[in-house]
Amino acid sequence: MAELRHRAHKKVISDQQRRRDVALDRQKQQRRDLQLHFRQLATALEDQRVVEEEEHEWGLAEGARLQGKDAKKWFSGQFMLPEWLIDIPLGLKSDWYVMARPAGKRCIVVSSRGTTVSRLRNGRVLHSFPSALPSGAKVSSGPIQGSSSFTILDCIFHEADETYYVLDIMCWRGYSLYDCNTEFRLFWRDSKIVETDALKPPSTHHRYRFSLLPVYECNAKGLEAAYREEQTFLRDGILFYNRHAHYTVGYTPLALLWKDSQCSQYLLDTDAKGEVPSLQQSSNSNLMALLVRVMILLSYWGPCQDKSLNRILHF
Amino acid sequence: MALEVTPILLNAQSADKDVRKFAEDNLKQFEEQNLPLFLVSLSIELANSAKPAESRRLAGLILKNSLDAKDAQRKHELAQKWLALDAAAKAQIKASLMESLAAPVLDASHTAAQVIAKVAAIEIPQQQWPELIGLLLSNMRSGSAELKKVTLEALGYVCEEVSANVLAQEQVNSILTAVVQGMNNNEPNTEVRLSATRALCNALDFAQTNFENDVERDYIMRMVFEAAVSPDERVRQAAFECLVSIASTYYEKLQPYMQNIFTVTSKAVKEDKEPVALQAIEFWSAICDEEIEIQEEITSGYSGDSEVPYFQFIKKALTYLVPLLLETMTKQEEDQDVDEDVWNLSMAGGTCLGLVARTVEDDIVPLVMPFIQDNIVKPDWRCREAATYAFGSILEGPSLEKLAPLVNAALGFLLNALKDENSSVKDTTAWTLGRIFEFLHGPGVDKSVITTESLPHILSCLLESLKDTPNVAERTCGALYFLAQGYEEMRGQPSPLSPFYQQIVEGLIHTADREDASDSRLRFSAYETLNEVVRCSTEETATIVMQLMPIIMQKLDSTFQMQVVSSDDREKQGEVQALLCGVLQVIIQKLSAAESTKVTVIQFADQIMGLFLKVFACRSATVHEEAMLAIGAVAYATGSQFEKYMSEFYRYLEMGLQNYEEYQVCAITVGVVGDICRALEEKVLPYCDGIMTQLLKDLSSNQLHRSVKPPIFSCFGDIALAIGEHFEKYLMYALPMLQGAAEVTAQQALQDPEMIDYNNQLRTGILEAYSGILQGFKATKPDLMLQSGTHVLQFIETIYRDEDRDEVVSKAAVGVLGDLADTLGTPAAGMFRQITFYKDFLDMVQMMDDAPLKETAAWAMATINRILST
Repeated sequence: MAELRHRAHKKVISDQQRRRDVALDRQKQQRRDLQLHFRQLATALEDQRVVEEEEHEWGLAEGARLQGKDAKKWFSGQFMLPEWLIDIPLGLKSDWYVMARPAGKRCIVVSSRGTTVSRLRNGRVLHSFPSALPSGAKVSSGPIQGSSSFTILDCIFHEADETYYVLDIMCWRGYSLYDCNTEFRLFWRDSKIVETDALKPPSTHHRYRFSLLPVYECNAKGLEAAYREEQTFLRDGILFYNRHAHYTVGYTPLALLWKDSQCSQYLLDTDAKGEVPSLQQSSNSNLMALLVRVMILLSYWGPCQDKSLNRILHF
Repeated sequence: MALEVTPILLNAQSADKDVRKFAEDNLKQFEEQNLPLFLVSLSIELANSAKPAESRRLAGLILKNSLDAKDAQRKHELAQKWLALDAAAKAQIKASLMESLAAPVLDASHTAAQVIAKVAAIEIPQQQWPELIGLLLSNMRSGSAELKKVTLEALGYVCEEVSANVLAQEQVNSILTAVVQGMNNNEPNTEVRLSATRALCNALDFAQTNFENDVERDYIMRMVFEAAVSPDERVRQAAFECLVSIASTYYEKLQPYMQNIFTVTSKAVKEDKEPVALQAIEFWSAICDEEIEIQEEITSGYSGDSEVPYFQFIKKALTYLVPLLLETMTKQEEDQDVDEDVWNLSMAGGTCLGLVARTVEDDIVPLVMPFIQDNIVKPDWRCREAATYAFGSILEGPSLEKLAPLVNAALGFLLNALKDENSSVKDTTAWTLGRIFEFLHGPGVDKSVITTESLPHILSCLLESLKDTPNVAERTCGALYFLAQGYEEMRGQPSPLSPFYQQIVEGLIHTADREDASDSRLRFSAYETLNEVVRCSTEETATIVMQLMPIIMQKLDSTFQMQVVSSDDREKQGEVQALLCGVLQVIIQKLSAAESTKVTVIQFADQIMGLFLKVFACRSATVHEEAMLAIGAVAYATGSQFEKYMSEFYRYLEMGLQNYEEYQVCAITVGVVGDICRALEEKVLPYCDGIMTQLLKDLSSNQLHRSVKPPIFSCFGDIALAIGEHFEKYLMYALPMLQGAAEVTAQQALQDPEMIDYNNQLRTGILEAYSGILQGFKATKPDLMLQSGTHVLQFIETIYRDEDRDEVVSKAAVGVLGDLADTLGTPAAGMFRQITFYKDFLDMVQMMDDAPLKETAAWAMATINRILST
């Protein structure tokens, strides 16, 4: 027969299921974090978290439209910064692009709601001006853009010809490209900007000219062009960008900078405040610089005749 | 044909161990060599009234065990074996069973009734043995009183074993008619009436149609009421059991009978013998259960498939019911709290009062408070205990506004009562304090009844009570548990508990160390409470937790020196180890959560792992589980350094994955595999062949509890993410499993909420596997998943179209949409162009109020657009 039903009298605590649940929650959270990381959303979240600590929660859309001090802080953290090239990355020939870097001020250019603003690495405004970029000027004839439509470019402002050389593109008409690889971003840069009048000479509604920084394949010809062929601008080193890298903020080994006396007047990097850091990433040893140069030359200008040097350099 | 089994059956019950062993082996051999003959012989033994009662009883028992087992898998196997038996053998066995039913020896006929029900449970769902019910009913018409009695028993058992929908309505009607006739006062034999009343209890589930019919229902209820006032105590008890069953099965039909029920139950509670009175109280508890559930459904806006009316029976009966229950609460036995298995009138009354409070909420308070005020200071301890118990019972249900002033006024008194001269009063007082902390204190409570002013006194009283008798100390641990829990979410703020933290930890350790702690649940409660105290530690008290770690480690180490002679000793050792591993796990988890304290875990990692491995070597299932959980926490803390423990730990990991019987252990081990994958990344590769083999075996096993299977799929994802392109070699095994499981989830049309839930879990697991595999292949071998793309998209579409999809599964599905595009790149553009549902899906989740989900959806959309635009 059915046994007498017994209810729990003055229930006793039991922690075991709790321990299981807590452990399970931790595991789930970590799985989610890892997935997110792999999906490259992590960087975006991380940025948000940093900003959150300052009691503000800004997404990309909000951040790009910030004003004053907040904007200064936000923009100073939005640059992808190259590390120094100190050895030859694997697959240089197949996985990398090379560019000549114009001498000038690195800045992020945002066009939105009828105006264009460029900001330096410390977040300070360089110029606020009308441009032919999408929503970059108050032009009645232009198409009416939605409030979310903003464009973000990574540029170097070259004083001599008052031109913004476009290095990279992070957002186009509100469409985020942060999570796209370099190859795609550059493709977008080249195909979208030409559709506007931004590359044309300055006019009333277009204060500064923009120019697409030439990008070369990392072969002998490309390296030669980036390293010493004449450009429309004064050269300050050469930049290597990994094809598969997303636009991540902060220093990344997937963007590399090379400077020597041949390709730059400025051998020292300046930090966000415009001061020379006490410890240069690049070895000051000339020997090191020389070796690296030799390596580049060797691997792209054909094998070296000197067998002993080959051995040393593991070719 | 049958063999003479009497001597073997008798020998199998011999006092001589060797004789017994020999006979048992003989039986086993016989069973293995010729199952039909074995069973036929046993059934003939059971039916043969010339045989000794002992051999017949054992024959019946073996028969029963050849038909049914607790373990579901074994049960299924036994049923298949029975169904596969030769038809003639089965017919002969059944004939013998029917014959045994009529046997004059009650013992044998009783066993036969049970065996008949077991056979029925196997055969009736297969549309076999259609004549059974007819045969039993003919016994009722023509048999002796003894035969009627045992036939009713058989009918009752059959109803208990067979589910309601496999019997034809006609058969149900005949059974109910026979049963109700047996209950009728015209039936002169009390034993028959008793069997009939008990059988009705089992048959009630079948009576859906009959309860719809007013005349039939009235008749059944009249029989129950008559039985409830039967001169025989057992009949009355069975009648109230029927009422309990009716309360939960036919709540919506009860309205016309409530007046009558109230009369018979209150009479029983006041005047009847305890077993009857307990069932009468249980009726009201069952009504509370129903009404609490109905109210929950009303407030959550969810209504199941049928609209259940809410009659508010409890509210209407409140003024009569509450005094009735309060009266029972003063009928305590001396020291009733010392023995866990005691269940008496005062406990049932108090428990019911608690349920009534949850049902009627604020309305209970004015009805109970006068009783409390009258009794709480009386010289008779029974009055004081009952008053305290009543106060504790009504703390869940009424609003904070109503309770807070009362609790504030009573708190000082209760703290004093912890020093009452009577142990039961102290026990209940500590329990009541625990209830106060559980329901009127903590982050969810607007204004806690505990203030910074009252906390020091509360703590000093509780710490003092930890030194009281084991049962009072155990309740005090419970109170501390809930007190600490209230301070769990301090979010970086200093905790009011911090100044007392050291004292609390020391108090609990001393309590666990008490010599008399091991004979009760006290040690268990002390460590469980310590866990909660560790969880609620904050930055200021982190050092104390760090210091606690080596202390607990030392205690765990000393368990290896315990003297283990008997299996009792081993069990005791295992229990203590489980508790200590549990505490260590909570400490490790807590310390690992912050970088500044994680270092401590890393420093102790070698020693901790050494201890856990030793614990594994002691081999006891619960320890296994706790140590396993703790090791997951170590892996999380140590990251890639965990590699050095793998060679030694691996075999226990494998053992855990093979533990089907204790599926919790298996489930936890699967989770730990995930921890290890995240910790070791590609360094886990050397162990993956073994792990994957075992996981694939687990998935194909029908012995393993199904709840472990979704996490196994998720674990595939963890492994793939860790080892990246190396997962390629497992694809040919994993993909068919994933696809097969995906198809299973699509085929089922589900009504059962539990199955819907499971389906969602399974799908989440499958999706997490795909996520991990896709992301793992992205860098080097994206094309490997190209062929599966269409299938994965179809799977996601099925999920999208399923209205029972929950948020977790949506999140996982949206992620996989993006992963597919992200990993496969442009070659997948064609796949996405052929479908449109993903846009609707992503649009839909964008509108949901869930930031991470929106973000994932936005990412997925951007990724898909990217491949479509190139």
